[in-house]
Amino acid sequence: MPRYINEDKCTGCTVCVEYCPVHYPDQFNQEISQNKAVHIYYSQAIPLITYIDESCLYLKEKKCRICEAVCKNDAINLNQKAKQMEIKVGAIVLAPGFEPFDPKVRDQYHYGEFANVITSMDYERVLCATGPYEGEILRASDLKHPSKIAWIQCVGSRQVNPEGANSYCSSVCCTYTQKQVILTKDHNATAECTIFHNDIRSYGKDFERFYARTENLPGVQFIRSYVSVVKEDPVTKNVTIRYSTTDDGVKEEEFDMVVLSVGLNPPVDFKEMTDKFGIELNAHGFCETNPVNPMETSRPGFYISGAFQGPLDIPESVVTASGAGSQCGELLNYRRGNLSRERVYPPERDVSLEEPRIGVFVCHCGANIGRIVDVPETVEYSLTLPNVVYAQEQLFSCATNSAEEITDMIKEKGLNRVIVAACSPRTLEMLFRDTLREAGINQYYYEMANIREHCSWVHPKEKEAALEKAKDIIRMSVARAQHLEPLMEIDLPVNKTALVVGGGIAGMTCALSIAEQGHEVHLVEKDTALGGTVRKIHDTLEGLDVQAYLRGLIGKVNQHPLVHVYTDATVTDAAGYIGNFITSVQSERGFTEIKHGATVIATGADVYTPTEYLYGEDDRVMTHLELEEQLSAGDEKVINAESIVMIQCVGCRNEDRNYCSRICCSESIKNALKLKETNPKLDIYILFRDIRTYGYNEDYYREAAGKDVKFIRYEEHEKPEIEVAENEDGKNVLRVTLPDYVLGKKLEIDADIIALAAAVIPAAGTKEVENLFKVGLNPDGFFKEAHAKLRPVEFAAEGVYLCGIAHYPKLIKETISQAYGAAGRALTLLSNDLVTVSGSICEVDEHKCVSCGACIACCTYDAIEFRETELGKKAVVNPVLCKGDGLCNTKCLTGAIQLKHFTDEELLSQIDAVIPEKTEIAQVKAVV
Amino acid sequence: MCTGRVDLAHVLRAFSNGVDGVFIGGCRLNECNYTTQGNYHALNKVLLCKKIMEHLGLNPERLRLEFMSSGEGNLFAEVVDEFVKNVKELGPLGQGEGIDENGLKLKLKAFTKLIPYLRLVESERLRLNFDSIEEYTEFYGSEELTRLFSELVTDKLAISQIMLLLQEKPLSTGEIAQLLDLTPSEVSRHLNSSAKQGLVRYEESQKRFALA
Repeated sequence: MPRYINEDKCTGCTVCVEYCPVHYPDQFNQEISQNKAVHIYYSQAIPLITYIDESCLYLKEKKCRICEAVCKNDAINLNQKAKQMEIKVGAIVLAPGFEPFDPKVRDQYHYGEFANVITSMDYERVLCATGPYEGEILRASDLKHPSKIAWIQCVGSRQVNPEGANSYCSSVCCTYTQKQVILTKDHNATAECTIFHNDIRSYGKDFERFYARTENLPGVQFIRSYVSVVKEDPVTKNVTIRYSTTDDGVKEEEFDMVVLSVGLNPPVDFKEMTDKFGIELNAHGFCETNPVNPMETSRPGFYISGAFQGPLDIPESVVTASGAGSQCGELLNYRRGNLSRERVYPPERDVSLEEPRIGVFVCHCGANIGRIVDVPETVEYSLTLPNVVYAQEQLFSCATNSAEEITDMIKEKGLNRVIVAACSPRTLEMLFRDTLREAGINQYYYEMANIREHCSWVHPKEKEAALEKAKDIIRMSVARAQHLEPLMEIDLPVNKTALVVGGGIAGMTCALSIAEQGHEVHLVEKDTALGGTVRKIHDTLEGLDVQAYLRGLIGKVNQHPLVHVYTDATVTDAAGYIGNFITSVQSERGFTEIKHGATVIATGADVYTPTEYLYGEDDRVMTHLELEEQLSAGDEKVINAESIVMIQCVGCRNEDRNYCSRICCSESIKNALKLKETNPKLDIYILFRDIRTYGYNEDYYREAAGKDVKFIRYEEHEKPEIEVAENEDGKNVLRVTLPDYVLGKKLEIDADIIALAAAVIPAAGTKEVENLFKVGLNPDGFFKEAHAKLRPVEFAAEGVYLCGIAHYPKLIKETISQAYGAAGRALTLLSNDLVTVSGSICEVDEHKCVSCGACIACCTYDAIEFRETELGKKAVVNPVLCKGDGLCNTKCLTGAIQLKHFTDEELLSQIDAVIPEKTEIAQVKAVV
Repeated sequence: MCTGRVDLAHVLRAFSNGVDGVFIGGCRLNECNYTTQGNYHALNKVLLCKKIMEHLGLNPERLRLEFMSSGEGNLFAEVVDEFVKNVKELGPLGQGEGIDENGLKLKLKAFTKLIPYLRLVESERLRLNFDSIEEYTEFYGSEELTRLFSELVTDKLAISQIMLLLQEKPLSTGEIAQLLDLTPSEVSRHLNSSAKQGLVRYEESQKRFALA
């Protein structure tokens, strides 16, 4: 589809949107509100420019063409035609995403019929500041604030009869609903929120706490019940829901609004995908992937990223994106860098001794600024300000010809400071800094005055005041520009080698992917052999022979010429920083000092040793890992058992460990199915709190239930009890007692074996690793990534990455995914020759430093340390580690530490310029 | 640059220049763009600043810190509109509080001079580690804070003002008490302690205290 906009010319000023006469249901806002035929898709769109959709009058009836007339940059092209292009590539990544389930396919929800029944996607937009009601929660029928809202979980997911819907669990809905509840309560503290649910699946990192937080909010109720949407009140349009609880039986309740927590469907055009790309799909319509590589499709060279593999949360999607990237890298490493071109800038002119010669360029931004703020007047005004030697207006400062004009003027007028009065620095500061470099001026001599977002856009009805404010903003920038200093960005060489700590599946997969891209990898394992926890696992739910896979992987690692394995190894010291680490390792090879550019932490996790349920006292009580080992070894005690009880959530989801171990439900069901296969007559009971077989594993849950594995729910405050007893036949058994909530009485089960779903807990040496590599832990003791959603395989410490269950419990295929993801992130560093460090970092004036250590104490980057200098012990900043937040500046007792580019002098000069009379004094002082 | 970089010196410079209200906008708590959680530090600093303003008779509503994301333009507009309205209602700084220009200058100058000391107080005695606005606000309304404040800040503020007054001309205890709205006994306590430190001396000839 053509965009009908010339991308090179459109600046995203949106004047055309304003004049467009066509109102059309806004696709991005779920068609709740209206947009125009020409519009920007949404406020974070990339590129942030307009497109014209099929509702355009010209495209439909050859009428109108107003947008063409109002666009001052000639960016509209209504005659654009779709073009066919042939691009030669070596690998293809498919990232088509997913489609929210459409509840209209099942009339039971009355979606589209009852005005106040909406989907969670609709509600998501309603909650959003850029949504249809600008962030106000309103209901469609009367645009009033709903005060009583119900959420219905599993809409379109986990269906026994999947006709039109899906059998799998959509994985994300439990937690997104909780987020919506929290946001609803933020908007309206008195809102009553009720969530009708099946199992609550808070299996993600930190999700259990999030669940608890939601549940503990006043006016929030979680009700475990199937529901039906009964009726709509013809007058109030309130919606009645019928549900049942074990205490009260069947009830009906009226709500102001009902949100359907819809699941995730495959992309709409999934069938075309197969035809077009020749890849296979699974039974659900998502992509069929390699069981040990969720990013690899059935066709070589085709990878996928994101939810096309099946329902996936944001962090996992981001991980697969890096992972797919890494695998393309493996394939195409021989061509790396072939298409890149180096920019060459003219040599920088040293102007530090010259008097400031400031140039001010005021942008009209089409009509965005110009029709509110009198731009020529601001230009005149700028020329009256101290040290401003040149000022001019520009239609669009960001257009290529305008940037060239700035470069030319710098040269012609001998400017050594440049101010562009236009929009937010967030979008264009980098561009204009580059403009200065093109003119041979240090880029930190650039200053941006935001007279669009901060002025014309917010004061469209007060032109006079807006003009004065624009002058204020420019004057403040001029004041600051006087004090700007040239700053150097340091280029550091990158050591091309990687260190991977931990030789389990995560560490080995990651090491191989990095090595396949031509980098040497040192793989350090504390044990005497590679393999990690997975050595104890025999198969997966999907039926993978784990040991065979592991043998293959270990073989590849040992044979790879670029991977150096150190077993029986201990890391004794870790020093250095991004691109230049030095780590000392004591191993079978003796003492080695390894120099490397990137570090990957893949140190795995341990299994909780239960102290409950007679574990350790009676050898019929065992963990699932032990059960699996005995089962595969053909232990008679297990094979000949008549009854097995499995107890879930042992050692987690409690006060001590308030997290879900994520894998145990699938693990228990896997063992249950395996046991049933060996002995179909065996009675199996799984005692659970919530069954958390997210994603496709839901199908195995159903299979187990179908094979008569009995699932009995218990609650944390009434845990099952176990005693050794004799049954009617005089056999010594383990008697399990627990309440049955459905029947409302005590249940007794006699078992021959009890299998405990013991928690996954942080590995024993986690603390040492934390201290050595200066990385963080979350409250549960697992490693803490830099950002839970956006940077899931990186640490805040730059150049250090993580993967595997050291991050959080996860399934084997998820571990492999993350291992590729970490490799991908490590490669973005290792594939560069240099890393560039910003010039805007902190610096200590040693003469002023009193060595109090306040700056060191507050710096979470460990960027400041005491060093012996000629003036004694002083705080010194490591420019590579400093991130330029400047917190230390406000802790320093003597003003010795200053954040460059945001020094007190620079900031105070701006504050002084707020009130014009003060400015002149301050500026005269500055110039003198 | 982070909200944690915003300094009392910046806020006080604005007030001293005649600005009637100062607004600080920061990232949402627990969504730090860095890893320093500098917005919590800013919160601590702002609450301390408000406490001192209140103590000096300046309306603490003139300083406002709000946390929001870059996607919340409408919230920003709402908050700023409300803040501007509030400040307009309060009137010009000083005038709104019934403080004359000299009195205002003296207070702000005395406060500004204490900034290095306040940093010390912050890092030694007020290094708080809460994780919500509620806990911070509760602490700043607690008796413990009142105790700490009077132990650490009250006297220093009074002495700072006395020193500034004496910089201009020698004054008697009674004159100082009147200018600063303190009791003569409080003033003489401060003068005695300052005299012991060799900061002020008693001018027998004028029957007044002067800077040493």
